[in-house]
Amino acid sequence: MDTAQFIIGKFNYWVYIVLMMIGFYAMIAKRNLVKKVVGMNIFQTAIILFFISTSSKSGATIPIIQNAHGDAAGHAINVAQYANPLPHVLMLTAIVVMVSTFGVALALLIMVNRDYGTFEEDEIYETLEVLQLKK
Amino acid sequence: MITQSPALLIIVPLIAALLCLLMGLIRRGVCYPFVVATLGMCVIFSFDIMGTVLREGVIRYRLGGWEPPWGIEYLIDHLNAFIAIIVSSVSFIVAIFSKKSIEQELHESKIIYFYTIFLLLITGLLGITISGDIFNIYVFLEIASLAGYALIAIGRDRAVLASFEYVVMGTIGACFYLLGVGYLYSVTGSLNIMDLTTLLPNLYQSKVILIAFAFFMVGIAIKIALFPLHVWLPDAYTYAPSTVSALVAATMTKVGAYVMIRIMFTLFQPYFSIELIPTTTILGWVAAAAMIFGGIQAIAQTDFKRTLCYILIAEIGYIVLGVSVANRSGFTGAVLHIMNDAVMMACLFFIAGAIFYKTGLRYIYEFKNLHRKMPVTITCLVIAALSVVGVPPTCGFFSKWYLVLGAIDARQWFFAFLLLASSLMVAVVFFKMVQTIFFAPAPAMEAAHAHSGTSHHNEEHKHSRDEAPASMMVPIFVMVAGILLLGIFSGQIISAIIQYTVPEGF
Repeated sequence: MDTAQFIIGKFNYWVYIVLMMIGFYAMIAKRNLVKKVVGMNIFQTAIILFFISTSSKSGATIPIIQNAHGDAAGHAINVAQYANPLPHVLMLTAIVVMVSTFGVALALLIMVNRDYGTFEEDEIYETLEVLQLKK
Repeated sequence: MITQSPALLIIVPLIAALLCLLMGLIRRGVCYPFVVATLGMCVIFSFDIMGTVLREGVIRYRLGGWEPPWGIEYLIDHLNAFIAIIVSSVSFIVAIFSKKSIEQELHESKIIYFYTIFLLLITGLLGITISGDIFNIYVFLEIASLAGYALIAIGRDRAVLASFEYVVMGTIGACFYLLGVGYLYSVTGSLNIMDLTTLLPNLYQSKVILIAFAFFMVGIAIKIALFPLHVWLPDAYTYAPSTVSALVAATMTKVGAYVMIRIMFTLFQPYFSIELIPTTTILGWVAAAAMIFGGIQAIAQTDFKRTLCYILIAEIGYIVLGVSVANRSGFTGAVLHIMNDAVMMACLFFIAGAIFYKTGLRYIYEFKNLHRKMPVTITCLVIAALSVVGVPPTCGFFSKWYLVLGAIDARQWFFAFLLLASSLMVAVVFFKMVQTIFFAPAPAMEAAHAHSGTSHHNEEHKHSRDEAPASMMVPIFVMVAGILLLGIFSGQIISAIIQYTVPEGF
């Protein structure tokens, strides 16, 4: 019973860990460069899920004091009773960073493909070895 | 003096990066003087900040007037101000050096974008240095890294591939750092370093804090290329353009080392990182492995820049070892070595750039008789090499002296021995290099063997003096002067600045 509670109650954290591991695996183990980039994106998205999970609360109000409806103004002062907006804001910034990383990685992939005509790491290293031998 | 200099230190290069792009599109020639002027201003701001810190103590600059737990704060003490001076001065000199080398290695139309990204990289580095907010540090870390990926990718040969590898590794590092921030925030509700310093001690027994600390350490270790996580560095820094290698080798890893010190001894108290969990012990062994590995690999390399990259990995080992022995001499040595290594690495990569610019040579075995052609450059190379090895009047000696003293004070005889052993390996690297350059068969004799008398004249002409242009030589001279002067005045630097950076209880 306790174990089930542990798994179901922290459901989003489990998903975050599984997603992160999938992404991590793809970045390290995959031999295709595009798959590595996709893995990187999954890895980063998992972190977003983690941050958002930390700020979620059931039955809490929005963090606005002025012009709040009825009782909400009182609740919004107590930390336990409002949903913390800061992790969301942090993640907005982090998303911008992640999109730029993704963009740089894709730009590099285009250049790799222009140079070697492939995304497969093995083939790229074969080409490089041939070049080395020619020298 | 200038009350807003902490903010200006970041804003000026950031705005200048955008202006540089716009002005460059109208007139390409404007970029270079503009970048040099901007970085000159950064040097002034960083010295001004240092002056304020020396006079009035720690600066806590609140952006937009917001109080710390809510707003972002720039927290500047002796350590950051010192690192900020190193970063801004070195990047200023690299900018002066860049002109000729970039014109040769880059297509003309790309120069504008090069300088734009160059300024963004420096914005990121200065931002990491002076920010007092752990999430803000993450953002600047990524600005610097992204600019770094782009700059490395414009290099030659396998630069794009090396840069891609760096993107993957660097992103793992940055994401681990971000996770660390997330775990800390979820238990403390604060991102401000000073705020966290007061909140964390009550939570030291929490597992979440341990996880956060582990994520921070591994993330930063990837960013500074500490030994087992260094694989991206040699390729990336070898194939990058000369200017970029000099900049990133001299500043990026040093700033990372600063973040590591900040996390270990300011964010977490020394009690946590030394006694509660054995971080310093683990780091000490990792650093020792880095020194030996870097030294052995450096001996085995033939590419001059790649040799320097492995020496850089060993130097990072020295810095981390100095931090990990956790006493006054060791820490002083580590901070001093951050400065000295920045100057030495910039100087050596400048020389590699100058040799490549003039002769197109990259491999050490091709450097035969180079002292006939470029005597001044080679003299500078020898001085810089003596400093890296650690010969007394140069600055490298003094930081190594303190590091060895630190290891002895901590009763870590084995580490003291490894420090000396690693220095000897570096000595082997440079003795081999000197032997190749000076003691190769004289060109005249070689020519006499190979050709008849008529081509003799040609050979002599080929080996006549031909130094790199002044815009390259002056930065090299400044760095060599720096190596000698920083060595001679290291006592004054320690008593004026570095002694205040040592954490309490050391």
